[in-house]
Amino acid sequence: MKPAAFDYCRPDTLDEALELLHELGSDASVLAGGMSLGAMLNMRLVRPAAVVDIKRIPGLKAAIIGSEVSTGATLTQAAAFEHETLIRELPLLALALPWVGHFQTRNRGTLCGSVAHADPSAEMPLVLTTLDGEVELQSVRGTRRLQAREFFVDAMTTARAHDELLTALVWPARRPETRHAFVEIAQRHGDFAIVACAVEAVVDPHDRLVSLAMGLGGVESRPFVADTAAFVGERACPALAQAIAASAAERVNPMTNLNVSAAYRRALVRSLGAQAIAEAFAAKPTT
Amino acid sequence: MDDLEPVAGLRHAAILRSQHPHARIRGIDPTAAKRLPGVVGVVTGAEIGAVAGVIPSVVRSKIRYRVCATTKARYAGEPIAVVVADNRYIAEDALELIEVDYDPLPGVSWLEDAVRPDAPLLFEEAGTNVAQTRRFAYGDPDAAFASAARTFRYEYRYPRSMATPMETYGVIANFEPRPDRYTIWSNFQGPFVLQPLMAVSLNVPGNRLRIITPLDSGGSFGLKQAVYSYMVLMAAVSRLLGVPVKWTEDRLEHLMASSSATDRMGEVEAAFTSEGELTGLRFGNVVNLGAYIRAPEPASVYRMHSTSNGPYRVKNIAVENSLVVTNRVPAGLNRGYGGPQFYFALERIMDIAARGLGIDPVELRRRNLIRKDEFPYGCPAGSVLDSGDYDACVREVLRLADYADLLKRRERARAAGKLFGIGMAVGVEPSGSNMAYVGLAQTPEQRGNAEPKSGANASVTIAMDPGGSVTVQLDSTPNGQGHATVASQIVAQELGLSPQDVDVITEADTRGMAWSIASGNYSNRFAALVTSAVMLGARRIGTKLKQMAAEEFGVPAAAIELADGAARVTADSQRSISVGRLAARAHWHPAGMPMGMEAGMHESVVLDAPLLTAPDAADRVASALTYGFVADLAAIEIDRATGRLDVVKYVSVHDVGTVLNPKIVDGQVQGGFAHGLGAALFEELIHDREGNFVTGSFAEYLCPTAPEMPVLYIGHVSTPSPHNLTGAKGMGDGSSMLAPAALANAAADALGREDIELPLTLNRVWALANKSAPAVGGGS
Amino acid sequence: MLRLKSDARHPVTLEVNDQPRIGHAEPRLLLSDFLRHELGLYGTHVGCEHGVCGACTVIVDGRAVRSCTQFAVECDGAAVRTVEGLAGQGELGILQQAFRRHHAVQCGFCTAGILMSATDFLGRHSDPSEMEVRDMLSGHICRCTGYYPIVAAILDAARAIREAEG
Repeated sequence: MKPAAFDYCRPDTLDEALELLHELGSDASVLAGGMSLGAMLNMRLVRPAAVVDIKRIPGLKAAIIGSEVSTGATLTQAAAFEHETLIRELPLLALALPWVGHFQTRNRGTLCGSVAHADPSAEMPLVLTTLDGEVELQSVRGTRRLQAREFFVDAMTTARAHDELLTALVWPARRPETRHAFVEIAQRHGDFAIVACAVEAVVDPHDRLVSLAMGLGGVESRPFVADTAAFVGERACPALAQAIAASAAERVNPMTNLNVSAAYRRALVRSLGAQAIAEAFAAKPTT
Repeated sequence: MDDLEPVAGLRHAAILRSQHPHARIRGIDPTAAKRLPGVVGVVTGAEIGAVAGVIPSVVRSKIRYRVCATTKARYAGEPIAVVVADNRYIAEDALELIEVDYDPLPGVSWLEDAVRPDAPLLFEEAGTNVAQTRRFAYGDPDAAFASAARTFRYEYRYPRSMATPMETYGVIANFEPRPDRYTIWSNFQGPFVLQPLMAVSLNVPGNRLRIITPLDSGGSFGLKQAVYSYMVLMAAVSRLLGVPVKWTEDRLEHLMASSSATDRMGEVEAAFTSEGELTGLRFGNVVNLGAYIRAPEPASVYRMHSTSNGPYRVKNIAVENSLVVTNRVPAGLNRGYGGPQFYFALERIMDIAARGLGIDPVELRRRNLIRKDEFPYGCPAGSVLDSGDYDACVREVLRLADYADLLKRRERARAAGKLFGIGMAVGVEPSGSNMAYVGLAQTPEQRGNAEPKSGANASVTIAMDPGGSVTVQLDSTPNGQGHATVASQIVAQELGLSPQDVDVITEADTRGMAWSIASGNYSNRFAALVTSAVMLGARRIGTKLKQMAAEEFGVPAAAIELADGAARVTADSQRSISVGRLAARAHWHPAGMPMGMEAGMHESVVLDAPLLTAPDAADRVASALTYGFVADLAAIEIDRATGRLDVVKYVSVHDVGTVLNPKIVDGQVQGGFAHGLGAALFEELIHDREGNFVTGSFAEYLCPTAPEMPVLYIGHVSTPSPHNLTGAKGMGDGSSMLAPAALANAAADALGREDIELPLTLNRVWALANKSAPAVGGGS
Repeated sequence: MLRLKSDARHPVTLEVNDQPRIGHAEPRLLLSDFLRHELGLYGTHVGCEHGVCGACTVIVDGRAVRSCTQFAVECDGAAVRTVEGLAGQGELGILQQAFRRHHAVQCGFCTAGILMSATDFLGRHSDPSEMEVRDMLSGHICRCTGYYPIVAAILDAARAIREAEG
């Protein structure tokens, strides 16, 4: 399968890129790692008039660690995983990255690309949403940020305007005393998740739950954030993990697609969710 | 294939394929496509149909198969036109410019829908989608069931899968008006019985259809039998457009529209005495051949037929086969070819019966396996099992598996509330197919009205050049099985040379080599047949060398041995003459050859197997030359909460007769197991009810990767075959035939239910484990 | 800014196996097709063209990547390693020797891609566990071997490399 013809543009600066997107709008596809775009082009599922390769724009590859953590548009999953400071700052990302695709796809696939693609089963959108991160969008009209929950609208659909470039993911800086877990089930190793669960928990010295962020991927058309407020103050133990997961399982409205039913997804929310939360409770907290 | 440019001026083809599973084609307008710069031409199905006619079928029905749709498309992906351009990119652009006027029709792709009286018909003229039903009875099955102490019945389904070689189909076709000849290069694996069928379709004499199979083929597992459809298609295109044409199939095409194994549904019944002696079997098979009966189908239904008893000592067997057409790609050869489906039914009923009889499933099999003193064993449906020690294989399985310990593990696991199951599957592995067995798709009367068919020839030529090195031409078109290695070993051993002195040609060329309709690489025929032809040819050369040396040294030929590149007197090895010198003499001085010896050092061997005769009037036929034996045992644990199925232990014992090359044998065992595991746990070609293809890429059709492969314990037992020179039995299908049954049996044991359907995906296993009805994954 | 028209072929320069190579490509020409048909390097195979099977894997700027989902123009100026670059002067490399020893090649179609992934991987992990090797291989499909001898060959090569480096 060969792609339909397209112009190839390679801007040298961010401004050039934004001008291009302004000019071409929905006729352009942004090319970073190409792990999502490449296959779609080959299968002619998309036929942009132009492909805009942003890989040589300086500054987009960076991971900037400060009061918040920013990962740029062309930072690959492999480079992120090898970035020691970044991994220390974002332990949940570190737990999730090995689940993203395969060793070879992580060599080119980017964190931002995965977020922009917004596959319901993808790990990066899930982790970003669970941590209540943000996306940074730039266009000729300026820069804006959107919360992850606002950014993901539906399967493969985001709030990014056609002329906007997703230039960075903004993550909250690491909070002390947080505990993390990431659990995923897929038919084969490295496949898209059937269901994935990302957890960040804070437990006080008396084993009482202070806060719990629980995100579910692969269940609905975008990452689902469980409502866990009711469980604050309870004793953090496996039984609580099961109760929280059961509550989430009742609230989700799971998809049905090839080989995977809604009922099965719901059951996985219950079992995987409980496993992830219990793992988080037992994990060593960040310092 | 895609690397090759054997003829100048190659252009590249892309195929326009039906978007609809079932539709009338009212018109095709290629005008805009033809105008695209870089396009050489566009040919429609009607134009192709004038050059490539119907491909004959052994089944007498109104169903007609052509390689390109003309007025009606019957499966999503069926070719309806072909574009040829300077490159594939432009050709695909041109595809999009072709306008097709479709009149979509209701489609039917699931067997249970297709057999209904009100089903949409693929062939109105046939009046039904059931192309044929044949019934067979051997012994007295009715009496056996009537008098049985216990009988058991199982309704089964077996899904569609395909072995997906990593290299897809490749065809280069060149029609030359003078001398009015087609030359086609392709990674075609045979059987070469398809060459005359292709010649009939293209309306040319056989010597005007030259087929060349180049050296390297990236895997086949049966699938590259059906590339012949595309060979004919591209040949016609080359003729119509006057250019040599190259077509490289892409993966999406391969998954949707190349070929696949048949899916089936049906029932199997078994009759037993109260002690567990199997006295009768009944099979009712409804087989999905896809949209056409494409030769050599329905061979997949009949390949195992004459061993319908499997490895068991049962004489009363009834079989009913219904062949059904549906809106899916036509079926064809695949790894195991009819074996996975057959053993799924047989080995499931054995387990079900074991539970019903209160006998351990392994023990039940051991009571019924043909005993080692009963060989050669005449099966009721005609096959002769040449040799075997089936119980020894089962004992070896039990030993490798530490069966007693597995039973304890199961007990402990169950006591802890876990789902742990053990499943066995055993079976005979036929090789060296009798080309006649597909005649079982005809009644004896129909067979009587045609020329009889039989046999399984292997054609080999061996030549020694003036320097004493050897060239061997095989007719076995390998795709990764190491035929050259094994053949060179055999020749070297016979002639006292080193394998490096032997060059083996595995490329086929029907213009130059000795070949027959049996040539090709299928049904494990290499080890069973071809190696014996190689050995025979080498022996004949060896005989000549010995006679020449005998005359040289004035001793009887029996006193000469061939070793270390020389012919020498065994009792006095100083009296030695190099093979090179003898070869030179044969070439340079034929007048000096021993009296009565034919000149030259060139032997052509066509080895037949007289055992393999035509089917008789009672539908009995010896359908293969040798029979290996495979015994598999699986132990699994299922996680109730997630449906995750863990293979805790898998043991596979193989009797392949004489082992020609242990590394190659084990490699085939491992690869066969991977295919079987894939079919059992991950792989299914899914169509919706109408026939729209759902598992369109490798992201949906899931092949096992390295993390999915459990540890595999391999054991060997060896009972050489008395039916050939080497004693080797063909092998390669192996656990591809038995693993689906073994894993299904283990799942049934773990879950305590018999309605096990494959593949055992996460969702399906979870549903089975949590009491709901299993999710039907899409029409098998 | 570089802007290449869709209907024109543009020069693309790569350093392939330490040699400068130049070819021409439309923007949509896949790197896999460029390497094979434009540069004549047929060792890289194409198994799926949608980035799943791994047969087309090459090393670009030090990382194993699928060449079927990359465009030649995108890689202009890059250093590329293909399977043709693995052998020395007429001698197979350590990985290739290990593959031969373990009968890890049957039809051979998936092999080049796996060799390139393994080369990148072993360059980063000198003492991998079997699980890690299997994990790395999960991005490759082989239908012939069941992966057993491939895993053994890669572990064996890792050991041989460790020994060679003392």
